[in-house]
Amino acid sequence: MYTEKVMDHFMHPRNVGEIENASGVGTVGNAKCGDIMRIYLDIDENQVVRDAKFKTFGCGAAIATSSMATELIIGKTVQDALKVTNKAVMEALDGLPPVKVHCSLLAEQAVNAALWDYAKKNNLTIEGLKPPVNDVDELDEEEEE
Amino acid sequence: MIYMDNAATTRMSERAFEAMRPFFMEQYANAAGTYSFANASKEAVETARGQIARVIGAKPAEIFFTCGGTESDNWALKGVAQAYAAKGKHIIISAIEHHAILHSAQALEKQGWDVTVMPVDETGMVSAEAIDAAIRPDTVLVSIMAANNEIGTVEPLAAIGEVCKKHGVLFHTDAVQAFAHIPLNVDEMHIDLLSASGHKFHGPKGVGFLYVRKGVKLTPFMDGGAQEKKRRAGTTNVAGIVGMGAAAEEAAANMEETMAKVSAIRDHMIARIEKEIPYCRLNGHRTERLPGNVNFCFRFIEGEGMLMLLDAHGICASSGSACTSGSLDPSHVLLAIGLPHEIAHGSLRMTLSEATTMEEADKAVDALLEIIPRLRSMSPLYEDFVRQQA
Repeated sequence: MYTEKVMDHFMHPRNVGEIENASGVGTVGNAKCGDIMRIYLDIDENQVVRDAKFKTFGCGAAIATSSMATELIIGKTVQDALKVTNKAVMEALDGLPPVKVHCSLLAEQAVNAALWDYAKKNNLTIEGLKPPVNDVDELDEEEEE
Repeated sequence: MIYMDNAATTRMSERAFEAMRPFFMEQYANAAGTYSFANASKEAVETARGQIARVIGAKPAEIFFTCGGTESDNWALKGVAQAYAAKGKHIIISAIEHHAILHSAQALEKQGWDVTVMPVDETGMVSAEAIDAAIRPDTVLVSIMAANNEIGTVEPLAAIGEVCKKHGVLFHTDAVQAFAHIPLNVDEMHIDLLSASGHKFHGPKGVGFLYVRKGVKLTPFMDGGAQEKKRRAGTTNVAGIVGMGAAAEEAAANMEETMAKVSAIRDHMIARIEKEIPYCRLNGHRTERLPGNVNFCFRFIEGEGMLMLLDAHGICASSGSACTSGSLDPSHVLLAIGLPHEIAHGSLRMTLSEATTMEEADKAVDALLEIIPRLRSMSPLYEDFVRQQA
């Protein structure tokens, strides 16, 4: 049911973890539906994503898309990271079963939410950046404590 | 491979397989044939009818062969509803029934029947007293499963049957998980109709039966030929029926021994998991439980990931999470016992058989000791939980 790439990123996920004092953190999804993704970004002074980490509660596809999304954005400028769409994540994984397409959307939204957090913290306007959707409010509040 | 999905299906018994074998290439006659070549088929089907009837204390003439549990459940509900519509249009089921019952009841609801869905307690137990109170003058049927397929809870059939008898209401039980696994007696439990499926007790797939007490009216579900005393049309599945009969006889003969052996392994797994894995919850009743059912929720993680990692260890299991149910909601059974969605998503069902060994049970628990912390280390829910504890 899953491609070899998806299985590889599920069995050996890249970039699992947290980043202390991250430049931006985004958490999207909800536990009720069974998917929550949190992405941490470390962004340098040239607005390049130096590192990205993730934590995901969800199925195999959710973990694999988070892993792939972090891989795709590391080394990119925030502008280019913003252009990493769910389609790009899916293509990089050689596709997802139709019922799992929402996992790749969640990955895109998690990256977006982390970039939004970064922009907010630094009072930056990033062209094309939209307010996060599918945000987990209660988790955000906890992070701010 | 360690196979722990016996509630989904079972490996066929050698004896049942051997019993079926002649009915494909040699004794292939249509059991309805008038020539002597059909005699062996006819006799074999009647032998199987007797083998099955004996397991539940029924008469052979009360056993009607179907293509499986789903057909039996559909037939029982829709057939009784139609036959007794003049008496009333109210039926009672439970919240944890299999979809074959739930969706049949919903189909009847669309046609004007009134359906009462009985809640269950946190162990998945239906209350006979509550059914007593829910029966109305227009109630025609109560359908409560014998044992739940997900959490293994064994329902108080005798008490429910007593209530139904008192009110003169028919009692159907979906015994797909219970038949030939635990003792059932249609007279002692006042059961009027009972569904079962061959492949759940080491028989073949594609065959089942409905027990219908003598005198109970039931409109046919399949229209066509005169098979099964004109109640279930369609060419008799001779080989399947023979295999199911042999499997039922074998399972019934060994039932006591199997129950003792399998439940000891089940209890060992439950004890180890509860002792060695934090933040888990046993689903289902602790003692009124199918011998082979182990079902846990592990907090902060999702079921599909567990299944994939177990698969990598060569272990077959199942889950009631949304990702495995094909919808956004986790299993209706886990929600009915009061679990919040995020806990229900982390469910794992491991169902054993008499072939399961203690060594396999230990290997499966050992695999969980590795898998669950691994998934938790990736979980933002666990991260938040740990932070809150600090």
